[in-house]
Amino acid sequence: MSLWEYANPVKFLRLSERVQPWLWAGAAICLGVGLVWGFFFTPDDFRQGSTVKIIYLHVPSALMAINAWFMMLVASLIWIVRRHHVSALAAKAAAPVGIVMTLIALFTGAIWGQPMWGTWWAWDPRLTSFLILFLFYLGYVALWEAIEDPDTAADLTAILCLVGTVFAVLSRYAVLFWNQGLHQGASLSLDKEENVADVFYFPLLVCIGGFVLLFLALVLYRTGTEIRLRRTRALMARETRSATLRAEEA
Amino acid sequence: MRALFFRDLALALRAGGGFGLGLAFFLIVVVLVPFSVGPQSALLTEIAPGVLWLGALLACLLSLDRLLAVDWEDGALDLLATSPLPLEGIVAVKAAAHWVTTGLPLVLAAPVLGVLLNLAPSGYGVLVLSLALGTPALSMIGAFGAALTVGIKRGGLLLSLLVLPLYVPTLIFGAEAARRAAQGLDPATPLFLLAGITLAVLAAMPFAAGAVLRVNLR
Repeated sequence: MSLWEYANPVKFLRLSERVQPWLWAGAAICLGVGLVWGFFFTPDDFRQGSTVKIIYLHVPSALMAINAWFMMLVASLIWIVRRHHVSALAAKAAAPVGIVMTLIALFTGAIWGQPMWGTWWAWDPRLTSFLILFLFYLGYVALWEAIEDPDTAADLTAILCLVGTVFAVLSRYAVLFWNQGLHQGASLSLDKEENVADVFYFPLLVCIGGFVLLFLALVLYRTGTEIRLRRTRALMARETRSATLRAEEA
Repeated sequence: MRALFFRDLALALRAGGGFGLGLAFFLIVVVLVPFSVGPQSALLTEIAPGVLWLGALLACLLSLDRLLAVDWEDGALDLLATSPLPLEGIVAVKAAAHWVTTGLPLVLAAPVLGVLLNLAPSGYGVLVLSLALGTPALSMIGAFGAALTVGIKRGGLLLSLLVLPLYVPTLIFGAEAARRAAQGLDPATPLFLLAGITLAVLAAMPFAAGAVLRVNLR
């Protein structure tokens, strides 16, 4: 038994289909509990009022937007090194999910920023680097769409993902140099004493867990679709070939 | 390698359209700016370094799709790939030729256009220096983008979408250096960072571009 066994699409599909119901259910429960808890059973912040509750969407989606890119990076590396097709397809499947997470983070941030900072948008380092991350996602997806040969597309997008990661990190720090902004620093971390107050902290953790599960479920589902799509294409190509052979014989 | 370099230079100079076009585009962008924001000289002075950097970057972008596509279409790239020269070297040489024909004229033209935008007198030297440091990185990153999209028909728009986010750090530091100098501040820190980015790009990017080209030539 090794992890690489699941590079076999059949085994991967079997496992992913067994896991998926649990992931969907877990995501539904976590998000349901976390959001209801967060929205209705936590007190309003004494300064921010009830707008503070947007944190339950904003922080998890922002986290997952970055983690989705890292997942794509790892999957791309596996594709480059070991050339497992499932890995390349998983990276492809994760990109649109990452885009949606980035958009959710940007939009909820704007909605939160309007009452709190008095502006929908500011050229703050965190906001700007998210916008740049969004552009990287767009370019990545566009490159996948533009190339017909699936192996070439997988190779090129994998290298783009590697280069993009370096430049995304670089942009992050360049932007930090360029403008100091409104956004607060990290409000969640394991090694710090001061986090968000406990009342907000626990429902937030549940929501983050829900987003992680939702992301995994979506990526597995989309990867399965991509695998089946590719198999269908191969079957159809074989069909056409044998049909033309038969026509020639007749 | 040298032969390839001079071949690319000669092609760019004689084949028409490539050499002067970037420069003309730069000029037009800079001329259009006062029309769009108004002719107040104080405002122009303030935005001049950023506009000049953005114009140079866009002019550089404009000529990227010719960097490899022409050789790809007539099969010269396949011949080059079978030559003893490694693909990484070929891409690097082509990027260098691109810089000499596009980046260098932009660097030299920038102070003249700075006059049009009423750039502060203290900004000229650093503007030229920052462009001279930054444009090689633009050419090399662009060569990577061109290598990515070389197999795609009408990949020009996709090329812009892929390359422009990669230009962000260079643009930030380059424009910041020029801006600081124009305001009479010390531009050393962004200049050092800009030089660092350029060196890192020149060192690492040929390998990424070579790998991509190898996939495309498969």
